[in-house]
Amino acid sequence: MSVDKIWVLAEVADGAPITTSLELISQARSLAGTVEAVTWGDATASVAGTLGDYGVTTVHDVGDLAGALPGAPVAAAIAAAVAQGGGPDAILFPATYDGRDIAARLSVRLDRPVLTNVVGLTAGDGGLVTEHAIFGGSQMLSARFTGEGPGIYVVRAKSFAAEPSGGAEAAVVAAPAPDTGATNGARIVARHVEERIGPKLDEADVVVSGGRGLGEKDNYALIEELAALLRGAAGASRAIVDAGWVPYSHQVGQTGKTVKPTVYLACGISGATQHLVGMKNSKNIVAINKDQDAPIFSVADLGIVGDVHKVLPQLIEAIKARG
Amino acid sequence: MNVVVCVKQIPDPAAPPALDPGTNNLVREGKLILDDSDSYGVEMALQLADAAGGGEVTLVSMAPNGETSGLRTALAMGAAKAILISDDTLAGTDALGTAKVLAAAIKRAEPDLVLAATESTDGYTGTTPVQIAELLGLPSVTFAKKVEITGDSVKVERQTEAGYDEVESPLPALVTVTAGVVEPRYPSFKGIMAAKSKPVETLTAADLGLDASQVGNAGARQEITQVADAEARSAGEIVTDEGEGYQRVIGFLEQLKVL
Repeated sequence: MSVDKIWVLAEVADGAPITTSLELISQARSLAGTVEAVTWGDATASVAGTLGDYGVTTVHDVGDLAGALPGAPVAAAIAAAVAQGGGPDAILFPATYDGRDIAARLSVRLDRPVLTNVVGLTAGDGGLVTEHAIFGGSQMLSARFTGEGPGIYVVRAKSFAAEPSGGAEAAVVAAPAPDTGATNGARIVARHVEERIGPKLDEADVVVSGGRGLGEKDNYALIEELAALLRGAAGASRAIVDAGWVPYSHQVGQTGKTVKPTVYLACGISGATQHLVGMKNSKNIVAINKDQDAPIFSVADLGIVGDVHKVLPQLIEAIKARG
Repeated sequence: MNVVVCVKQIPDPAAPPALDPGTNNLVREGKLILDDSDSYGVEMALQLADAAGGGEVTLVSMAPNGETSGLRTALAMGAAKAILISDDTLAGTDALGTAKVLAAAIKRAEPDLVLAATESTDGYTGTTPVQIAELLGLPSVTFAKKVEITGDSVKVERQTEAGYDEVESPLPALVTVTAGVVEPRYPSFKGIMAAKSKPVETLTAADLGLDASQVGNAGARQEITQVADAEARSAGEIVTDEGEGYQRVIGFLEQLKVL
């Protein structure tokens, strides 16, 4: 199966396409002659320029969802467009909260499986070949779809570079969702924005993460303080997210965010494979852990075998003293 | 208030995982345990049934070799019964096939609410719950950090990039919960003893009316083409802190012009 046309889910946040969608569009250009996007919301007209600049020729606009979660209606709209013919050979989704929901529902509608946690995409003889980092990133697995129908791919952030191609503004065509009945029953009744000081975790140049070695929940304040001093973001291992110390949005790893900062400081994190897969491609890694056999040291450029309860306060004071 | 919780029984994550060199399926031969991620859904279900003043918590799981040890853990926590789908034809079933199997089993339990983890610890595909919702024609709310039942609707605080959304959905519905949302209880001795005699109904794919072409390796319609070692990261310098360790970090950050 040759790949002529790829659709990319262009998720919009704060009036602009999210970076991961732009990364997928950039990569799609090298894989297929035609790249189109699917989007929804009340600001879709304003993103046609940016999407065009990255090489999208047509935007399929599902329109405003009136408070509905996008999973059911956007999947139904894509399925309807595919059924009309002229649909894509592959559909790429960013691995976001909504991206995964839409991909999962579309999978059932098209009766096609989904390949998730994709970190690489290349053109092969029988269609696209995906790459997946498994076992903590120690091995790379390649896979592809068999059978008829478009491939559905959910791709992790930062798998590709986002590079504009200087294309003209994309044409916007309406792709309204058909009635999806009970599946579309959930409604957003209020949105809460948590105040964030400093950069987003997956966009920060510096990430300071804490793990179980911190000992107790209150000590996470040290991680936040150091992150603030370095103008970075505060991350966490799964262990302390599971323990309820910090919200899931801070989690770095296989089931959390992928980060590739200039420097990643792992404090009191042993380096379970679950964690390594989310941060081992950081440009520089510093690890502080009292267990010298901790796996985190196998990926660290600088490892300090020591007690985070001593080293972190010293580090914070020394940086403060620099003014 | 009847709640179904999807639970996965997985190889102990502490043991190194492996792929079968012949089939490239994940080796799932040893003893399986309850996926930690699912203990939050089980706890949530028990609390919701309690708050609603009654109702049953039913577990639904698909596992090889009639495995029940993970189910017994969840039964010991307080779930009333379990449906286990176990069948040699299911080896190699992918996420969509798994969703078809679980959806067919869930349908028999006629729940008001279906709970699942956002993703499993071993496969972490993260699509099975919403695929189940679509197959059953249910609304779904994923990444819940708080769940409340009011009358015939469910109110969820759903994690977002910026914070959280308050989402309401009519019942029946499917909700996936993130880890850490509740404190899973430890099974009591009494609970462990009681779990031994709680009903576990074991079914095959055929019992659920599923055709062999929809499940197993045949139904997967995706193949692994290659498994290779990733480029290893070279180890750096490791120093033992004797009170000066922080200065090494400072020096490293200066060198990178972060400081």
